[in-house]
Amino acid sequence: MNSPDIFRGKCRKITAGKVEGEALITKDHINFYLVDPESGKIIEEGHGLEGETIAGKIIVFPGDKGSSVVQLDGLYQLAMKNNKPLALIAEELSTVLVSNAIIMEIPLVCDVDKEFYEIVKNGDRVAINTEEETVSIGARSL
Amino acid sequence: MNLNQKEKDMLEGKYGVGVANAMKILIGIGDAFYAERMVEVSRAHISLSNQEGDLWFANKLAEEGARCCKLATVNPAFNKEYFENICTFTDQELKVFEDTMRAYKKIGVVPTFQCTPYFVNNTPGFKEIVAFAATGASCFVNSVCGARTNRESSQSALCSAVTGLTPLYGFLLDENRKADTLVEVEAEVKDDFDYQLLGYCVPKKIYTGVPVFTGLSHKPSSEALMNLSTQMNVHGVVPMFHVVGVTPEADTLEDALQGEKPLRKFSITKADLDEARHTLSDGKGKIDFVVMGCPHLTISQISGIATMLEGKKLKSELWIFTSCLNKELSQRMGLAGKIEEAGGRIVEDSCVDQPIWAHLEGKKGLTESPKCAYYVSRRKMKLMVRSIPDCVNAAIKGEVN
Repeated sequence: MNSPDIFRGKCRKITAGKVEGEALITKDHINFYLVDPESGKIIEEGHGLEGETIAGKIIVFPGDKGSSVVQLDGLYQLAMKNNKPLALIAEELSTVLVSNAIIMEIPLVCDVDKEFYEIVKNGDRVAINTEEETVSIGARSL
Repeated sequence: MNLNQKEKDMLEGKYGVGVANAMKILIGIGDAFYAERMVEVSRAHISLSNQEGDLWFANKLAEEGARCCKLATVNPAFNKEYFENICTFTDQELKVFEDTMRAYKKIGVVPTFQCTPYFVNNTPGFKEIVAFAATGASCFVNSVCGARTNRESSQSALCSAVTGLTPLYGFLLDENRKADTLVEVEAEVKDDFDYQLLGYCVPKKIYTGVPVFTGLSHKPSSEALMNLSTQMNVHGVVPMFHVVGVTPEADTLEDALQGEKPLRKFSITKADLDEARHTLSDGKGKIDFVVMGCPHLTISQISGIATMLEGKKLKSELWIFTSCLNKELSQRMGLAGKIEEAGGRIVEDSCVDQPIWAHLEGKKGLTESPKCAYYVSRRKMKLMVRSIPDCVNAAIKGEVN
């Protein structure tokens, strides 16, 4: 039997998706160009997630950074290697982030309840359902 | 979003699959930013990058039948005819290049291959609604021209070029154009190079915002404003700025702030500029190369360089990147001859951040642009940043002091 979720709250859908996966959290903006497509690892020096892989993860981050074109290539290269992130939970939106999420078909939500950020930890099972506009955190195994 | 009949028809495919897909993306962006409707754009600028992701998207829209219905200029890739005599491209690099050229030709852009479109061929007027990608270019047209653009992605700008539309949100709305950050410049900012440093300093204080600058005692030149727009968007997100008494929405500080109080303020002191200079420029000794033109140098800058080079012989490589028009003008004016006789090179249609530097890997050089130093360092070249005259003198001596 599944344990009940430890959090369930609202979010705002930007691009659609119903996914469940592991949360990866950072306070730093991410430039999706400075990610190694082969491994999905962030290669930007000094980044809070330097050396961590974003492949298949639900990224909980403030927003994107970088110029108007390179990040699409970053996400495209990740997609070609099956290493793109599973979904994105952003605090701030930019035109670049939104257009890239639409084009690369990555679920993107924002305006998640504050409480989510107080509870969520790296490695938590997070589920996003953009039809219901909900985000939940599954029970942690002991 | 509320769409009119023509926009609904575009979305439903009556204008072809490519236009319908471009509309879907624009509507997605509009919904994300609570835009109520679409507005027409008069022109666009696309930051073509000659990368696989860029190619994939442009090619997809072109193959789906989308064509530019508005003037759309593009950023440079590299000048293949020029560089194939200098470096060896891999088959893959050449394929991406050829396919990129083919896709953008098919979709109908104007092949300017220039990163300063606002100076020539794509200069929007005051309050003109446009879709400009390339972060430095969107900042310049918002701030200096007083045109209305969001900080477009290359792809959203391309969608606007083929639909003639953009969602009405963000910097298209007057209330979002007010300055939120007061920057009191206490340092003396005296020449174009100081604006490179100023542009480097601002994102150290705020990552994003709309700054208004006061205290700039010398009127900035076009090149200074180009430098400021470009450099603030390397490490920061500055879609627009104001300079009191200079930019068109800042006759007074109150105008720039639209009568409100700034959310924050800070000063830029001599110590801030000195620290930037220290970080970017320190170092001396022998150099192998000088690369200038990120963004593309103007004809005035080229003229200044040519004058310094007259009758001189260079000890290091010297590369000048500019637009095809400026290259042509520099030939007509005899400037290109002076540069080339000294041993320098002036190249059009090219970006410094392209796979053209294999012969300079591991070597040490100078550039006039902090942006160039940041991006090109990925190509295993070591770059210090100095003013244009310092760069030219260093190329003559083969060393920097």
